[in-house]
Amino acid sequence: MRQHTVKWLKSGDPWIWLNAGAVSISLIMVLGLLLLILVRGMGYFWPSDVLDAKYRQANGEVIRLIGEIDSKEIIPAANARDNGYDIKGEEELVRYLMKVGNRDVYGNDFKLVLKIFLTDITYPEDLIAVERREWGNAYGYLKAVKENGKVVAEGKAAQQELAARIERAVVLFKQIRDIQKHDIGAINYQLERLRLKKRRLELDGVKDPAPYAAIEKQRQAIQKEYEQHRKQMAVLSERIRRDSMQIETMTGQMVEIPLQKVVRAYYPNAMGVWGKLGFYVSKLWEFVSDEPREANTEGGIFPAIFGTVLMVMIMSVIVTPLGVVAAVYLREYAKQGLVIRLIRIAVNNLAGVPSIVYGVFGLGFFVYFLGGNIDALFFPEAQPAPTFGTPGILWSSLTLALLTLPVVIVATEEGLARIPRAVREGSLALGASKLETLWRIVLPMASPAMMTGLILAVARAAGEVAPLMLVGVVKMAPTLPLDGNFPYLHVERKFMHLGFHIYDVGFQSPNVEAARPLVYATSLLLILVIVVLNLAAIHIRNNLREKYRSLEH
Amino acid sequence: MSQPANPQLLLRWRMLKDRLARYAVTLGGLGVIAAIVLIFVYLVFVVLPMFKPAETHKISSYPLQQQSQTLYLAMEEQGEIGMQVFRSGVLRFFRTEDGATLKEVALPLPAGVKVMSFAEADPASGVLAMGLSNGQVLVFKHVYHVTYPNDQRLITPAVEFPLGEAPLKVDEDELPLLKLALQLDEEQLTLAAVTPDQRIILQHLAKEESLLEDEVSWQATTLLVPHPRDEVKYLLLDKQQRDLFVATANGELSFYDISDWEEEPALVQHLPLIEGRQQLTSLTFLIGDISLLVGSSDGTIAQWFPVRGEGGKRVLTHIRDFDDLKTQVNAIVPEQQRKGFIAVDASGKMGVFHSTSHRTLIVEPVSSQAIRHIGLSPRADAVLLQDSERIYFYRIENEYPEISWSSLWGKVWYESYPQPDYIWQSSSSSNDFEPKLSLVPLSYGTLKAAFYAMLIAIPLSIMGAIFTAHFMSSRMRQMVKPTIEIMEALPTVILGFLAGLWLAPFVESHLPGIFSLLILMPLGLLFAAWTWSVLPSAIRHRVPDGWEAALLIPVVIIIGYVSVSLSPVLETHLFGGDVRIWLSHELGIEYDQRNALVVGLAMGFAVIPTIFSITEDAIFAVPKHLVQGSLALGATPWQTMMRVVLLTASPGIFSAVMIGLGRAVGETMIVLMATGNTPVMDFSVFEGMRTLSANIAVEIPESEVGSTHYRVLFLAAVVLFMFTFIFNTAAEMVRQRLRKRYGNL
Repeated sequence: MRQHTVKWLKSGDPWIWLNAGAVSISLIMVLGLLLLILVRGMGYFWPSDVLDAKYRQANGEVIRLIGEIDSKEIIPAANARDNGYDIKGEEELVRYLMKVGNRDVYGNDFKLVLKIFLTDITYPEDLIAVERREWGNAYGYLKAVKENGKVVAEGKAAQQELAARIERAVVLFKQIRDIQKHDIGAINYQLERLRLKKRRLELDGVKDPAPYAAIEKQRQAIQKEYEQHRKQMAVLSERIRRDSMQIETMTGQMVEIPLQKVVRAYYPNAMGVWGKLGFYVSKLWEFVSDEPREANTEGGIFPAIFGTVLMVMIMSVIVTPLGVVAAVYLREYAKQGLVIRLIRIAVNNLAGVPSIVYGVFGLGFFVYFLGGNIDALFFPEAQPAPTFGTPGILWSSLTLALLTLPVVIVATEEGLARIPRAVREGSLALGASKLETLWRIVLPMASPAMMTGLILAVARAAGEVAPLMLVGVVKMAPTLPLDGNFPYLHVERKFMHLGFHIYDVGFQSPNVEAARPLVYATSLLLILVIVVLNLAAIHIRNNLREKYRSLEH
Repeated sequence: MSQPANPQLLLRWRMLKDRLARYAVTLGGLGVIAAIVLIFVYLVFVVLPMFKPAETHKISSYPLQQQSQTLYLAMEEQGEIGMQVFRSGVLRFFRTEDGATLKEVALPLPAGVKVMSFAEADPASGVLAMGLSNGQVLVFKHVYHVTYPNDQRLITPAVEFPLGEAPLKVDEDELPLLKLALQLDEEQLTLAAVTPDQRIILQHLAKEESLLEDEVSWQATTLLVPHPRDEVKYLLLDKQQRDLFVATANGELSFYDISDWEEEPALVQHLPLIEGRQQLTSLTFLIGDISLLVGSSDGTIAQWFPVRGEGGKRVLTHIRDFDDLKTQVNAIVPEQQRKGFIAVDASGKMGVFHSTSHRTLIVEPVSSQAIRHIGLSPRADAVLLQDSERIYFYRIENEYPEISWSSLWGKVWYESYPQPDYIWQSSSSSNDFEPKLSLVPLSYGTLKAAFYAMLIAIPLSIMGAIFTAHFMSSRMRQMVKPTIEIMEALPTVILGFLAGLWLAPFVESHLPGIFSLLILMPLGLLFAAWTWSVLPSAIRHRVPDGWEAALLIPVVIIIGYVSVSLSPVLETHLFGGDVRIWLSHELGIEYDQRNALVVGLAMGFAVIPTIFSITEDAIFAVPKHLVQGSLALGATPWQTMMRVVLLTASPGIFSAVMIGLGRAVGETMIVLMATGNTPVMDFSVFEGMRTLSANIAVEIPESEVGSTHYRVLFLAAVVLFMFTFIFNTAAEMVRQRLRKRYGNL
């Protein structure tokens, strides 16, 4: 045995195994990370059971707890003893983080509890969880449904009554939101444009009263329209305020929740697997299609998805032609020599320049210099409020286009280099001009390479946050950069972004504990987008290689 | 062009198109390359103005309209109107352009009373005072009302009396007040005055507003300062009304604490400000009233401020000297918004200085005579200088005096700090804040973060690459390589989020586990390998060569799990239940939750794929015949690896490390989210840092365009750019050479 060991040690095999271990560790890190995000991100939408239990606190007092178990961890008992718990014998304890909700009543919607002091745990089927537009979830027992303050149903009957009335309130809420966002939003937009138009006339020194009168007339017409919407809103708000529900919380307190504040109410313990699955799907849909609530910590992330996609699309439109032209120049037209070699090195290096540097450049050059000058030349009427002289989606796209330019150039050049000489020479020999060869033969053959470059660029841009923080991303954009108001695409607007959303909600939000699951879900979505894009790029690249391999023979 | 009429024409059309395309592509290509160059050029373009020397422009000069001795000279915000105070009790406002009188105001002095002394409160307040021959003091204020009739700016000067037009009685004996100092704010007024019998009277007035009536009354306290009765030349009172400085002509300074009105002023320190045979010729505060500027007869200006010594006692300390004026310093005036000052000397020269950066920005000969008075505009962009005959009006272009090599990269002794230090603290709410713009702590933080990241990334990635490229079976390699390369595409914001919100608390609560992992992991892997080698060959041969990494995956998971679950046990038995307390009590090490260890792990994770991918390519590209030759000569696989393959691939590995380092240096989101972003200079693994990139991300959105702070942040970006550009270029050069060499093999 000993001899074997000595020999084994001498052979260098242990080193090889250690190297193998490094690969294993790296793999586990990657897969573990993906798994972690997957589990936490997917778990966010699953309705967990709500328990009703008794809990003995550090001071010996026994209280009742209603809530979901959010997470659990193992802590040394000494830790709990320091907090005043009387624990003997145990060395390690299980500690739960319980979401008890009702932030408006208790002040804090999470509570740390030790498992051993939790007794009489039940999962009553009539426990209701209410998702609200403010103050997070509420948990308790439904006691009554009220209309205009008068009780209309109690006990079991209340459940059915509630479902119907919530549905009505939600429909009303959507109507109000539509009027507010679309109709009144459009009116405000038009009013602002009229104001600018008038200011423009004043600045141009127009003395003729006719155009002013026209503007005033338009303004009055719009004002009238606005009055109508306002009346309609008043009626709807009156109607939505009609109903409310009453629940009993874990402290025995009766809490009244107006239905206009309710997103949905459900009985998690009564749901079967299918019920939960349905709930899961509807939550998932809400997540990708709805707007954020409660300082971004709840609701959906649609504006962030939309902003990311639009920004990346504008960027693609800019970066593809520029990158391809530069690559074609470097590979096909430029005289290969020291200068071109240096340029190539420089372009390669730019891919390694920190993204924040691009952000600084974008802020200084695009936003302040270009934007400031555009404002002074074309938008004097809006001064001193900046139009383009402030961070916005156009500047973000331009900055990221610069950032991803090297990726596209390098990929396209690689594609051009792979095209066999024979193909080119054949075309030229048949009398085609250089342009025709390029246009008809070379570029089509290199198009998958360009595609790869573009996909990689998009993947990089979608995940980049640091430069965007300087040139256009905000935590909450009141309007999307694309809407129904002429000219439809508002490239000067600020926008929301998935990556920044993660940073903002995870680090800037006041209630990190409550926001964390949403951040995991957002991360998962972002990772999915990027991994899919990258896999697509890898796939295209591999196909491309196969294709040229066959060409070479 | 469906049917070409003439083939000749068609050919020419095609040629034309070809040529046009050539031009277009060349233009476009060069344009794109120019755009890339523009990045660097623009960054430098923003940074450069900081290093432009300051300039003065003489606008005009005009003869003095002497009424009586000038006591004081000042200018309003826009630099359009100047103001002189004469000993006769008259204030003259005049146009700075040509000296034309705009307005003259005679102060309401009691009949038969002479002006004996003059004092200026905080320059920003515009409050001035005169000590009279009957022991009274008249407090007044020069103000400027700005209106815009017909869209034209109109500045109207005026004189106000914050305490009423009646002078205040200071000396009960009604002796003349020879020297005077005062400070006035919303709540209180403090006065110090010297009488001919060399008493120093200190008077404090506290405002009392009665609730019922709209009346304000002042509650007065009068004290005498215990002073050795030498002739007092300068009296200074700080604007917090807590410190009093009394200086004699031979340079002896007494420093009193007058913050407690119940007691007699306490002498904090008595010391000589001037060495040797020189005379004290000028004494004033720097903005903020912390530093004293001491001008002497040999032209030296010294800066002193109190430093907390042992037991928290304040000791007035000599900080730095400015000796670019060569003759007697006649007057020193501080800027109102920055830590700069202007001084004039007996030979008619004006000097512009900045204290923090220790710079003499300008020394300009103004007159052939000694200059007596300086009137500096609040923005410090214009100055009036008065000699015995004329007034000179200058504009000053001096936007970035704070910047010097020493203030960016050297240790600087900042006000109220115990010793010179590297500090980054760019902004604060108050106006008289001293910006601390040392890039050293940020660069240090950047390198620290990169160091810990590389510590984790280099071994894992290079060892992993060695195995993947050389020993792994090709089927497994096809799966492993893309997996690790996907890591590279993971948005760093996600890594940062996980590091900050998941890893940091995890590491904090499992600290012993994390460190035991470092020891257990290699040992456990070796043990597993050894166990495998003694297993019967029947089992061993079932797994083909090159799948060792797959075999080790469960081992790694088990070791990881064991370490983590051992953590509470270790914590209880070895560290008394809480490692953090143990660390701070036993070893005196601070523990931040978001520390360098967390950053190292997260950023190491981000850098691994970069290094792995390039190293793997380099090793894989080593020609096979070299390997086969070595093996054929009887070397073991490991010997072949170390002596042949690694040696050949070493330039590639070097370039991989360089590129990885470049990435770690520039990474923003991970450090932003996984550290506390405090710019400390400490190499401890358990403390955070602030990096250049995170600093830019945090501060640039709030910095004012074109300000020094804004440009310094651009400079930080240039530094980052240079860092990474140098690393990457080195790597690229090495890689190209390598490619050539493989070509030869």
